[in-house]
Amino acid sequence: MVNFTVDGKNISAPKGTMLLEAIRSAGISIPTLCAHEAVSRSGACRLCVVEIKKGNRTRIVTSCLYAAEEGLIVNTKSDRVLNVRRLVMELLLARCPGSDVIQKMAKEMGIEPQTRFTVDTDKGKCILCRSCVRVCEEIVGVSAIGLFSRGPHKTVGTPYNEKSDVCIGCGACVYVCPTGHIEMTSTGDKRKIWGRTFKMQACTKCGKFFAPVDQLKFISKKTGASLNELTVCTECR
Amino acid sequence: MKENSDVQVHQVANELRLNYGPNKKFITVCAGTGCRAYGSLKVKEALEAELKKQNMNVEVLATGCLGFCEKGPMVVIHPDKYFYQSVKVEDVPEIVSKTVAKGEVISRLFYRHPETQKTLFREEDLPFYKKQLRVVFGKNGMIDPTRIDDYLTIEGYQALAKVLSEMTPEQVINEVKKAGLRGRGGGGFHAAVKWEGVRKAHGEPKYVIANGDEGDPGAYMDRSLMEGNPHSIIEGMIIGAYAVGSHEGYIYVRNEYPLAVTHLTMAIEAAREKGLLGKNILGTDFSFDIKINKGAGAFVCGESSALFASIEGRAGEPRAKYVHAVEKGLYDKPTVLNNVETWANVPLIINKGADWYASIGTEGSKGTKIFSLVGKINNTGLIEVPMGTTLYEIIYDMGGGIPKGRKFKAVQTGGPSGGCIPESLLDIPVDFDKLYEVGSMMGSGGMIVMDDTSCMVDVARYFTTFLQEESCGKCVPCREGVRRMKEILDDICAGKGREGDVELLEKIATGVADGSLCALGGSAPNPVLSTIKYFRDEYEAHIKEHRCPAGVCKALITYSIDAEKCTGCGACIKVCPTQAISGEKKKAHTIDNNKCTRCGACIESCKFESIIVK
Repeated sequence: MVNFTVDGKNISAPKGTMLLEAIRSAGISIPTLCAHEAVSRSGACRLCVVEIKKGNRTRIVTSCLYAAEEGLIVNTKSDRVLNVRRLVMELLLARCPGSDVIQKMAKEMGIEPQTRFTVDTDKGKCILCRSCVRVCEEIVGVSAIGLFSRGPHKTVGTPYNEKSDVCIGCGACVYVCPTGHIEMTSTGDKRKIWGRTFKMQACTKCGKFFAPVDQLKFISKKTGASLNELTVCTECR
Repeated sequence: MKENSDVQVHQVANELRLNYGPNKKFITVCAGTGCRAYGSLKVKEALEAELKKQNMNVEVLATGCLGFCEKGPMVVIHPDKYFYQSVKVEDVPEIVSKTVAKGEVISRLFYRHPETQKTLFREEDLPFYKKQLRVVFGKNGMIDPTRIDDYLTIEGYQALAKVLSEMTPEQVINEVKKAGLRGRGGGGFHAAVKWEGVRKAHGEPKYVIANGDEGDPGAYMDRSLMEGNPHSIIEGMIIGAYAVGSHEGYIYVRNEYPLAVTHLTMAIEAAREKGLLGKNILGTDFSFDIKINKGAGAFVCGESSALFASIEGRAGEPRAKYVHAVEKGLYDKPTVLNNVETWANVPLIINKGADWYASIGTEGSKGTKIFSLVGKINNTGLIEVPMGTTLYEIIYDMGGGIPKGRKFKAVQTGGPSGGCIPESLLDIPVDFDKLYEVGSMMGSGGMIVMDDTSCMVDVARYFTTFLQEESCGKCVPCREGVRRMKEILDDICAGKGREGDVELLEKIATGVADGSLCALGGSAPNPVLSTIKYFRDEYEAHIKEHRCPAGVCKALITYSIDAEKCTGCGACIKVCPTQAISGEKKKAHTIDNNKCTRCGACIESCKFESIIVK
């Protein structure tokens, strides 16, 4: 266990615990957008920054990536911290004006849109947190989507924006997206995502369309389970 | 085994030195990229052909960059060391028949002191070189970088031999520590501290990397070292690898530096052939080899963790570095990453000793630093000076001041994310800490000089635009914040600045500096913050008075013709692309500001300085 203080409160946490979890478990809230429990962390959104003091040195760190240390003095509400968070929220409000998640978050934090910024119209709700890319690579294991270009031109998508051969239509990316940017529509036996249409499998017991055929084939190949076993939905299994 | 290594290198070096005695007649031609662009290779070919024609057996060496790029191509005739500048192919027959054959000098090819008009014969007489201390960079001019034997004649690989035969890894680290060597790539981190960290870190293999991803606009010192003296970098790396216990190294070099890639590749192969790289170096049980990794042109790949990602074959994006590279660097293994110039300093420290090295420089910054001096400066080129040399000495003594007698305004140090330093601070000694103190940084050593025709808001806009494009785009403050700063700067330069913009820029800049993931974002606000700090009045003039004091921002200036100076020659009428100028011959012309695009063509064409920009 390591002992440290957060906003003047003494806290202890198992060695190796990230500050974010340690601080939250003490009942202190910290906003995040890119830290999703299912995927590894990137430190991209910068909302979870806190100020730490170690010896005489004070600095800003991302709490989602910084492991708790003995004797650390953490401030989650210093002027520097709040200034970074305010800036990040103002920047995201201007980038994704259509995101209700960001608007709600900003409201809770008491942050108004910065009117000097020209609002973007071409970025959708994507904040480039890369949770979708990570879930596709780390959990699903197909890497159908990735990040392209750099700087302000950076986007998420399939290579060359063409239909992906490896995408299995599982929708994990939709599930982890914090802002609801990724579009997936399911109608009858069809599912549309990333520009591709997938045929859905009907449950052999209840008849409900429950998963893309490609996804079941992928699972069958990966686990060795026969495709017949997999054509029964989880509820009927 | 170890005793042999020293003897081997000394033997080779001594044999070679016999061939290059102090009285040997030979010619060196600068073949750095700058001089090549001036046609130095043609000069070299012409020299060789002419020598053959006149039946003279004199060797012509294509050397690395000599630094005085303003006056290339440079030809030095040894043993007299006559320093000819701006040499053309047409000068060659005369050089051979007079200087090489008879030792007679050709006066017009010498550099003349701009004030005294005195003819200066040798490199060391030139004001450009006089105050320099070229202990690292000066060797460029003595060797053909494609020949390892040349490097051996200038004590090359003797530091390595010494290390392998006499020193323990700990002793090497202590020597570098005592010397006070700090990283030349920007951060100024103590090299020995990194080395010690990697030596002690758990995990195998350990990696040693040279960072040659020099991407700053206007900076080319690393390029000239890699091109001009690749073995000095390689020798430093081998010594570093021995000190930390590494067997695998990489040189990360930009693909846009083809000559550097070629020379480094040749040097690595030659070193392998001589048993200086590979298994059992110089007959010892120490093995180490180097691979070259070519960068694909992203500025951010100069940042350590992005550089590792790039070598690993992933997109060049930085990651949080709360666990340092000395523990988890390339492939999550302990890694020493130093800039190429840092590595090139290492053999020098071993050869001449830490005490000698530490006697050069300031309290906190030891040794010398190579700077590239570009922009509005008379002597464009590369200089190497002791740490602590003042900006004034660099710009006026070595750089020869500002062209056309114009007034100095600012010098931008540290690359695109450095800061602009005003005239009032020209007396500061240049070292890591002092530059940081005044809101700029050492960076890798770029210096861009600006005169009174540079608009500081436009300068901030230029660098911020560069950084916006070169941000990797991973974290929000850098990707979005730098973009928003750029938009506001665009507005200000276009005459659409609003009250409060300067304060807002400062606020965004502080947030970006504090909140960004890596050092690129952390320092990206520097151009904005330093220009606001020192040239706030220019921002105010743009915003409040809709005026660009330097006459640069097109939306805020008008062109007119001074009727008293105009002779009515018609030169401007001919060059104006929009037919905005009219007037009869021999009578003062006028400019129609509705048609004028402020392209500046008329200013260039007017011999009477009659175009007024306001």
